[in-house]
Amino acid sequence: MTRDEPLVLGIETSCDETGVGIVRGHTLLADAVASSVEQHARFGGVVPEVASRAHLEAMVPTIQRACDTAGVSLRDVDAIAVTHGPGLAGALLVGVASAKALALSLGKPIYGVNHLAAHVAVDQLEHGPLPEPSLALLVSGGHSSLLKVTDITGHDGGVDPLGATIDDAAGEAFDKVARLLGLPFPGGPHIDRAAREGNQVAIDFPRGLTSRRDLERHRFDFSFSGLKTAVARWVEARERSGEPVPVADVAASFQEAVCDVLVRKALDAAASEGIEDLMIGGGVAANSRLRVLAEERASKLGIRVRVPRPGLCTDNGAMVAALGATMVERGRTPSPLDLPADSSLPVTEVLAG
Amino acid sequence: MLLAFDTASPTVTVALHDGTDVVAEATATSSMRHGEQLAPLIAQVLADGGATPADLTGIAVGVGPGPFTGLRVGLVTARTMAHVLDVPVHGVCSLDPLALEAVETGAVDGDFLVATDARRKEVYLASYDAGAVRQDDPVVDRPATLASDRPVVGEGATLYPDAFPVARGPQRPSAAWLARGVVAGRFTVLEPEPLYLRRPDAEIPRAPKAVLADEPSPR
Ligand SMILES: [Zn+2]
Repeated sequence: MTRDEPLVLGIETSCDETGVGIVRGHTLLADAVASSVEQHARFGGVVPEVASRAHLEAMVPTIQRACDTAGVSLRDVDAIAVTHGPGLAGALLVGVASAKALALSLGKPIYGVNHLAAHVAVDQLEHGPLPEPSLALLVSGGHSSLLKVTDITGHDGGVDPLGATIDDAAGEAFDKVARLLGLPFPGGPHIDRAAREGNQVAIDFPRGLTSRRDLERHRFDFSFSGLKTAVARWVEARERSGEPVPVADVAASFQEAVCDVLVRKALDAAASEGIEDLMIGGGVAANSRLRVLAEERASKLGIRVRVPRPGLCTDNGAMVAALGATMVERGRTPSPLDLPADSSLPVTEVLAG
Repeated sequence: MLLAFDTASPTVTVALHDGTDVVAEATATSSMRHGEQLAPLIAQVLADGGATPADLTGIAVGVGPGPFTGLRVGLVTARTMAHVLDVPVHGVCSLDPLALEAVETGAVDGDFLVATDARRKEVYLASYDAGAVRQDDPVVDRPATLASDRPVVGEGATLYPDAFPVARGPQRPSAAWLARGVVAGRFTVLEPEPLYLRRPDAEIPRAPKAVLADEPSPR
């Protein structure tokens, strides 16, 4: 870390985490996150208005906490970066407005960046500069995408979507199956834990979009809706017959079906594009089985796998700051002050112009 | 220098007050899009008033009631700027500047009401005395329930003439009057907390529905 590297503060409010991160170049200085997840638990999913209210309350305290942790004053910051999409419109807007207020008050540039690209850029804080091209598998409660990344700042078609989910996001499937099994929200960590005691080949759940016919049209796309229904049917049939539901086996078999499809398609995409580096990010990347399976199979193909530590995989401000720092380093033009929040921002638009 | 803004109505409004009077003000040219319009309007008003953020000694912000998404844009902007610049935030009920403007411009004399659009066929409403002092906390309800023959200031009266036949004065809050009222000590100053008046729309889900029962079962 040198003083020449840009000091960037990043803000993330696209869902239920209020994140403020501070980086200097590729060095993480602070990653403050306030989550409203507890307030959503009884609703079984994120309630947008509840999340937006929580962002407003958490915003300034989280900025303060990030500065304290990093040991920097806001006046030292060289640039502000903020997620301006995609995500929940009202939630995004709180972060965007706060970021503009920072930029305006400090007289510093603002970079409105894409949430998905930030999930990829965060790995630079852990494993150094991202090899370009890389293949990125982003999986969370909100997204399931396969991206070819030739320039993480988005120049010249820098982020190219090869595939995405056609129905539920992978993390959503974890939440829904957890609910079926009586496990708490968010489901990911609870399924992961339950699965450790179970047998992953106990039940043969379907792998979405892997039949020959589906592969013709959806080679790199995902579908988790059919899997979710299959689990529901299996559990219900079991309950009707009066037999106990083997929670651990269902969790392990479901998790295996998700991870199998994700890894299979990601490695197929990497091989077909001749890419040797696979980056896995998003909340589901914290899943222990996904990491193991990806590394096991990738090593046989000579593909390197990069997975940031779990705390950096879930939504946070550090990932936004990391992408912002790369924007500064590569001399990209800052965003205008009338930068909008765009809930359906396409992944190809990495920086708001 | 006091910077004032309100985002509780469809129109973003910003003003700068130098302690003597308003030296610059700007109003959004189109409705809504608060998140896009507020920061550029603040930059414009500061430039027009020959000021920089460092010259600010306080921020006045309308805390609603008003549509939540826009309201939060104003509040998070006020809180963030105040944090960076280390100046106080004066929160003001967004109906109060309408009342002050109505009294000071002679649109009303005696007691009156202020009503603004709360969407969903409802209005936000509070009552005021002849000196523009608010007499109660604002409420949200259907116009028919709140109907009154007293003079009513604000867009609520224009939208629902059957309930509020005596419409008067300004339609939406102006940051210039927000600034004047704060400088003159005419408002009850509140914390910069949003006056939502409504709970979030959220339903607690029922038990997982039975897929075998409501979907055609596979043979
Ligand atoms: Zn995410």
